[in-house]
Formats: sequence, C-alpha cells, structure tokens
Amino acid sequence: MEALVAIAIGSMTAAGIYLMLRLRTFPVVLGLSMLTYAVNVFIFTSGRLVAGAPAILGAAEVMTDPLPQALVLTAIVISFGMTALVVILALGSYLNAGTDAIDIEKPGEQPETGN
Amino acid sequence: MSLALIAALPFLGALLPGLMIRAGRNTCASVTFSVTALALIGLLLNAPAVMRGEVITQGWDWLPVIGLNVTFMLDGLGLLFATMILGIGLLIIVYARFYLSKDDPMGNFFTYLLLFQGAMVGIVLSDNILLLLVFWELTSLSSFLLIGFWKHLPEGRQGARMALAVTGLGGLAMIGGMLILGQIAGSYNIHEILQQGDAIRSSEYYLPALILILLGAFTKSAQFPFHFWLPHAMAAPTPVSAYLHSATMVKAGLFLMARLWPVLSGTPEWFWLVAGAGLITMVLGAVIALFKDDLKALLAFSTVSHLGLITLLLGLGTEYAATAAVFHIINHATFKAALFMTAGIVDHEAHTRNIRLLGGLRKLMPVTFTIGTIAALSMAGIPFFNGFLSKEMMLEAAHDTGTWFAVIATIGAIFSVAYSLRFIFHTFLGPVRNDYPHHPHDPGFGMWVSPAILAVLVLVIGIFPAQTVGSFVDVVASAVTGETVHMHLALWHGVTPALIMSGIAVAVGIVLLAFQRGLAPFWDNAPRPEAKSIFDAIVESAARGADELTLALHDGAISRYLGIFTVVVVAYGAWAFWGGSFTPGTRAMLPVGPVELIFFVLIMVASIGVVAVHRMRFVSLIVISICGLVVSMTFVRFSAPDLALTQLTVEVVTVILLLLALNYLPKETPRESSPARRIRDGVIALVAGGGVGALAYAILTRDMSLPTIADYHVANSYIGGGGNNVVNVILVDFRGFDTMGEITVLGIGALVIYALVEVILVGPASRRLMNWVPDMAQARDRHPLMMVVATRVALPISLVVGIYIFLRGHNEPGGGFIAGLVVAIALLMQYMASGFAWTQERQKVAYHGVIATGVLIAVVTGLVSMVLGWNFLTSSSVYVEIWPLDKIHLASAAAFDLGVFLTVVGAVMLALASLSRIGVRAGEGVNLTPMDIDPRANLVAKIEEAR
Repeated sequence: MEALVAIAIGSMTAAGIYLMLRLRTFPVVLGLSMLTYAVNVFIFTSGRLVAGAPAILGAAEVMTDPLPQALVLTAIVISFGMTALVVILALGSYLNAGTDAIDIEKPGEQPETGN
Repeated sequence: MSLALIAALPFLGALLPGLMIRAGRNTCASVTFSVTALALIGLLLNAPAVMRGEVITQGWDWLPVIGLNVTFMLDGLGLLFATMILGIGLLIIVYARFYLSKDDPMGNFFTYLLLFQGAMVGIVLSDNILLLLVFWELTSLSSFLLIGFWKHLPEGRQGARMALAVTGLGGLAMIGGMLILGQIAGSYNIHEILQQGDAIRSSEYYLPALILILLGAFTKSAQFPFHFWLPHAMAAPTPVSAYLHSATMVKAGLFLMARLWPVLSGTPEWFWLVAGAGLITMVLGAVIALFKDDLKALLAFSTVSHLGLITLLLGLGTEYAATAAVFHIINHATFKAALFMTAGIVDHEAHTRNIRLLGGLRKLMPVTFTIGTIAALSMAGIPFFNGFLSKEMMLEAAHDTGTWFAVIATIGAIFSVAYSLRFIFHTFLGPVRNDYPHHPHDPGFGMWVSPAILAVLVLVIGIFPAQTVGSFVDVVASAVTGETVHMHLALWHGVTPALIMSGIAVAVGIVLLAFQRGLAPFWDNAPRPEAKSIFDAIVESAARGADELTLALHDGAISRYLGIFTVVVVAYGAWAFWGGSFTPGTRAMLPVGPVELIFFVLIMVASIGVVAVHRMRFVSLIVISICGLVVSMTFVRFSAPDLALTQLTVEVVTVILLLLALNYLPKETPRESSPARRIRDGVIALVAGGGVGALAYAILTRDMSLPTIADYHVANSYIGGGGNNVVNVILVDFRGFDTMGEITVLGIGALVIYALVEVILVGPASRRLMNWVPDMAQARDRHPLMMVVATRVALPISLVVGIYIFLRGHNEPGGGFIAGLVVAIALLMQYMASGFAWTQERQKVAYHGVIATGVLIAVVTGLVSMVLGWNFLTSSSVYVEIWPLDKIHLASAAAFDLGVFLTVVGAVMLALASLSRIGVRAGEGVNLTPMDIDPRANLVAKIEEAR
C-alpha cells in the first residue's frame, strides 16, 4: 500500500511540475493545484498510513497522528485562497495585456524617472 | 519631566502640524512652537540637578536578550546638546513661519522638523548605544525629508539623496563599530561603557571599532573626505540649513566623538585620525569658503571648516582642548544659526544670494546688517564676540601641540577672517546699487527676531564669558572628559602666543580679502576633483551594475525561474541523499485491497491525463478534479475524516472558481514550446516526481525516529481543550494562534482579490470586457427552472447541515473550516442558479464585513482569556443541556471556531462574487426575476444570421 501511495504522490508531483513549466497561465494554475494535492498528501502521510483509527478520542483502540492532519487542513483552505488569487492575477493580466503568456517579452522596460 | 517623554514629545507632536495647518499657518506654527517649548521646559526642569553634577538615568527594558533597552541618560553633554536642539529649534520655528511662502506646504515642513528634532533629542539623551543608533538612522531619514523639502527643485532632490547616501553609509559603518564597542565593554549602556576605557583601548578590536565609529561621525559631521555632501544640502530652505548646520545634524558626529571621548581618545590612532581629519577639514573648508559667491555656499564651507576646528580640538585629546571644543560648539551654534538666517533674509528680500550681485545693503537693511555683522565678526574671531574666545583656545591648544599644528591652524584662521569679513564687506558695505533683482529692505519683526536674539547672545557671551556660560562649560567639559574641569574663561589673558597668532590672522586675513577678487579667477580655473561628479559617477555605475545583474537574473521568463528552482531543489535533495547513508525501511506495509487499487489507477490516469489533455482547458479541469476527489477518498481511507470533508468542499469551490475564470480566458492552450523543450521539462518533472515519490516511500516504510509530539495533544485534548476531535482541538486550541494567522491570511487574500478586480474594472481590461463577445455557444435558458427550484429548497437544508457540522466539530469530524465551506457552497448555488445580480440584491451583508467580524471574533476570544489572566487564546469549556436539544458543549474555543467559520464564508464568497462582477461588466445582463432568458443569445444568433 505504501508503495502505491508513494508512486501516486510522485506522479502527481511530476504532472504538477510539468504543467507549472508551461508557457500559459491556465496550465500553470492547474500545475500548482496538482502540486498542492501532492504536497498535502505528502505532509499527511508523514504521520504514516493508519487505517480505521481517526484522531477522535474513544473511536478506536489506536489513533493516527493528528498533528499532520491539522497542518494539512489549514493548508487545503489556504491553498484555495492562493489558487483564487493566482486565477484573478491570470485573468487580470489576460484582460489587460490581451495575452495569457507567462513570460514577459521585454524585461527591464521601466518608465523613465527624473532626477 | 521624564527623559523618555522629552524625547517622545516631538514625535508625538509631529502628528499635530499636519492637522493644524487647516486652522491656518499661525496656528500650525504656534502648535509646533508649543510642542518644542514644552519639551524644552521639561528639559530645563532637570537642569539644576545636572548642574550639581548629577547624572540622571531612566528607562526600561525593551529587548534585554540582545542588550537593547530604552534607557535615557542626562548629563552635562546631553543637556548642552538638547538645549541647543530645542532652543535653536524654537527660534527656527518662528523664523520658518515667516520665511516659508504661501505655496510651501507648511504642515509637512513642521512635521518633518519635529520628527528630525525628536530624533536628535533621542541621540543626545540615549544611554543605550543601540537605541542611539536607532535615533541616528532616524536623523538621516528625517533630514532627507527636510533637505529635499522643495521637491520641485532638482538640486533639492539630489542634495537630499547625497546627504542620505553619505550619512546613511556612515551610519551603517557605525552600527558595526558600536556593536564591536559593546562587545568589548560587555554592555551597550553608555554609562557602563564609559567605565571601560582601559579595556577598550587595549583591546585588539579597538582600531576597527574606532575606524567604523569615526566613519559614522565623520560622514555626519562632514569631515574630509566626506565633507562634500554638506554644501549640496544647501538646496534646502534656509530655516532647514540654519537648523541642520548650526545646532543639530552636523553636530551629531561631534556629539558622538565627545560622548565616547573618555574611552576612545588618548591613543596615537585617535590623535592622527581625528586631529588630522579635523585640521585638513578646517583649512580646506576655509579656503574654499573664501571663493564662494553664493552666501549659503560660503556659510556651508565655513561650517565645514568650523566642524573641522572642533574635531581637531577633540582629536588633540587634552582636557584643555576638549573644553575648548565644548565652548566652540556653543559659540558656533549661536553665530552660525544667526548667519544662515541673515543670508536667508537677504535672499528673501533681494531675491539673490550671489555676493557679486549684492553690496551696499547696509543703508537699505540696517537691522539685518547689524545682526549679520555681529555674527560674522564672531565667526572671524574678533574680540568682544564669543567666537574670539574659543578660537583663542584652539590656537593655544594647537600651539601646545607643535609648531606645524600652530602654523596650519593660523593659516586656517587667516582664511576664516577673510571669508567672514567678505560676508560683511561684499554684502553690506560699499555703494548702494540700483540693479538688485528685487529692491531690498528690512523684513518684518518675526523674521529678524530669531537671529537678533542669537546676536545678543554672541555679544553677551563674548564680553562676559565667565558670568554667563562659565559654569555650564565646566559641567559639560567634566561630562566629556570624565574629570572635574574648572576653566577660567576670560576676555584677556595677557599677550599669549595665541593672541599673537590671532593678530597675524586678522592682519593677513584683511590683506587676503583685498586680493580676493584678483585671486578668484585663478581659483576658479585651477583643476581639482569635483566631488559631485565623482559621487554621481559612483552612484551611476552602481545603479547600472544593479540593473545589469537584475536583468540577467530576472529576465521576465517565469517558466525559466521555476525550472531553475525545481532543478536546484532536486539537486540539493540528491546531494543530501548521496552524502548520507541509506538503508531500506523495515516498517510493515498495509495490504492493498481492490478499492485502493482503483484509487491508485484513477490517480495515475488523472495525472497522466491532465498532462496529455492540458491544451483543452475544460477537459483538463474535469480530469484534475478526479485527482481532488480521489485525494479526499484517500483521506477517508487513512483515518482523516476532517481532511476528507475539507478537501471535498474546497474542490467544489475551486472548480467553480476556475470555471468562472475560464469563461473569460482562452479555452485552449496553443502549442508553443519546441519538442526539445517539452522533453527537457518532462525530464525535470519526472526526476522531481521520482525524487518526491522515493522520499515519501522512504518515510512511509520506517517508523518515526523521535517520539511524536502529538502524544501531548492526544493526552490533553479532552482535559485541556474539552474536545474529543483532536484535529479540531489542535486547530482551535493548541495551535489556535497559527489558525488565527491563517484565517487572517485567507481574509487578506480575499480582500486582495477584491482590490484586483476593482483595478481590472477600470483599466484597459474594462474596455476589453465591455466589447466582450462570447466565444462559445451560450445557453439561452441561463437560469433553468429545475436548478432554481432545487437550490431554493436546498438552501435551508444546507444551512442546517452547516450548523450541525459546526456544532459537532469539537468532538466529531467537522468544525469551523468545513462548516464555512459548506455554507459558502450553499450560497454559491444561489448565485449559480439565479444569477449574480438577483442574488446580490438579496445579500444584505457585505462580505468584507463578514471577514472582518470573523477575524475580530477570533482575536477577541483570545483577548478575553488574556483579560482573565491566562495566556492568549487559552480555552475553557462547559457542557450545558438546552431542551429539546442534546447536551451541548459550549467552549470558548467554539467562539474562536465561529470566527474561523465567518472568515471562511466571507473569504470564499468575496473571492467568487468579485469574479462575478467581471461577468457583469462583460455584459452578462442583470436579471430581475430568478429565471430569465439571456438577451445576448438572441444577439449572437442574429450576428450569425447576418454572416
């Protein structure tokens, strides 16, 4: 089981990174989402895989490690906030510039500043 | 009055001028004056104790771990400087009231002035050198604002920038020096450091500390070779020049050298560095001053010269010289402030400060002439004026040091006499001209009263030195030297070598002045390095270098940064792996069942699929949501019901969000990257993915090497947190402070989204949106009957479910986060089914308010426990039974969770509602009824027909 989980984390990471390296905003947003899944599951599994033992007192004999779960729970909500922000940025830059390309064509062009 | 309050008063008062300017310029100036006067009175209340020889120390701990404490100290030296800063500050405020024109923003001016004043008072009253450094940097910043006050003048901006660069760099060096000094002395408190003189001077770090501290002092006090910024700072309004360059900013360096004189002076290094720099500065400044035609430039270089003189005296290292330095600090402040103000009056009245265009003002401006002459004669060192007394002492001290010192000091004195007399002769004497740019006459009382008071002081101190400032100079000199000093100040000491040197200086100075006009062309044509062009070239090359470096590293290709980042992280991981030893883990694996196998296959299919179809954006969105669902199923399988619920609800919200955004984004991604690039990215992704997978496998196949800290949470979850759901108790109790930070971030994120949409709706994006033509077929029935009815029925049910999940959260899976997401989805369904405008009309509470209420509830919950005497966010709980409900658990943590709940609802709704506003701008049309037909659909059909 552990091997399957590890392979799944690895493949989600790989897909996330590949999409993150694309040249348009939308695939990059998708890539970040994939990467978020992978990272959340990774942190979650650092408490090791335990079946049928939720972190609720009195529910079972043994209990899984609740700490990674608490960390991941807020991470999921925050990652929603991050995705929303990135999407709006992508939308704004597309509507403003007329392109959703990620890379800036001519860097360093700044308005002239007087002395 | 407490010393901390004296230092704080100007800062607090700095809030007032900006407000009071609405009540008029007189009110504004009066308020500023009152603040300064109050601080001065508070200071003088402490004066009797200091004059008795006491040292007042007050303060409290701030960051005792690093030795940074808010401690203040008042001794003779501090009293002298604080009196000068506040006293001359008062005169400057009166003068500035009449000097500034109606167009100058006076509120800003007095705010900057008070900020600067507070920083200066802070420096001279600090007992802690780290605190002193804070104030030191504040003077650099606030003087930048003052020097650049006339923002429309390029010289003003350049002068301010140069002053900030030079004094700021010196300040950085000084931080290093002070830290070394504190380390040697074992304390950062000045009164303790002053006891460690021998240890400091014999330390191997003495020289580096000395050099670094002197860099700070020399840049601030414009000593050679850092003198060049001071004349350029003359672009400031004259009240600023008069304040900064007579009594305050440039004296800060002198103050520091005097403050640390007992521990740093008396070594050959100190003598040659300080006395040498002082001597060169004194002569150089005096020579340049003689050939300046701008009155303020002449005074600027004379200031440089006099600062050099005082530095020289401090550098000589004898008690006599130090006393002379103290005395000259007083004298220079009085006559130089008066001179600057005189130059300002001339400029104000004649509309020029160019000496070549002036002359003969004696008859037109008799009052100004009298004041200017008294001050200038003092600067020249003529008997009966206070400058004479301290200059005599300087010559005496130089004579005692050696022949060469005596000769060079006399040369400096000669030029000093020449430029001082030139100020009088070429400005005021001579025939009245008829070609002044503006016909001058004496200004009103308000403008000349300040320099007049100083001129009276010049005369009174000059004639009765012992009776007026004698005992004060003794107290200050005792504070500087650490020994009891009793100096006999007198006008007549008999025919001494110093008197003869003075005589020579006056005689030769007058002759030199006679030849000044003849020598000037030679001086102007003489080749010499121009400090400003060197400075500009250095700044220019630094800026160019930074530009090139930035553009090389930061070329706008974000995909490149991300690629490099990934490669570097993977490389570090590989390095760590091959640098250590690895043995396979031994933890027993769980068996694989058919359900798990299906999950695994789905994840693999979704991962590969999302890459394969990512050009078709809608399809890829569906594929990626498979991943999200399977991840939440995985959470269920491995004992994390809370995570599963959160992931599931977040997934819904995220997909809706992406769909809304995709409506206005291209629906397909073009094929842009070359096959080679795709292969390269694929290799990076596979290597990184393989690494992460291997790492996960390595972790999963071994037990924890250290016992988990979660045992504490499990053991105390019910006892301390009153809840059975350990995950929820961790969130709202054990790590409640983290959660508070996280909901704050979430709220800020939503507000940023709102602000970004505001920006999008006004810029060029807005025009693009208004001309939006749907690029996909639109459903005509945009609010289907079935969906509207279904969501209407579902809303109350969903809300009840939300409340239920919220209430049970402390003991069973649920809680504020999940309940918030559930309720948000229920509300979102209304928007989706019935349209944005229709729903928004029924939405009475602004989502910003919901976010703010949520965060506030969380904070208040924490504060209540503080008020009750516990730590922030300590929770307490009771079980109450409310009929007809079951036993209900009321915990303070539930109040905190309510804050979480509200913030999550507000943030999610604000983010999505903001996106919907873009749709409205794109002409989505406002529906009045919950069900209607999209008018645009007809339009699109007609366009198609016409084609």
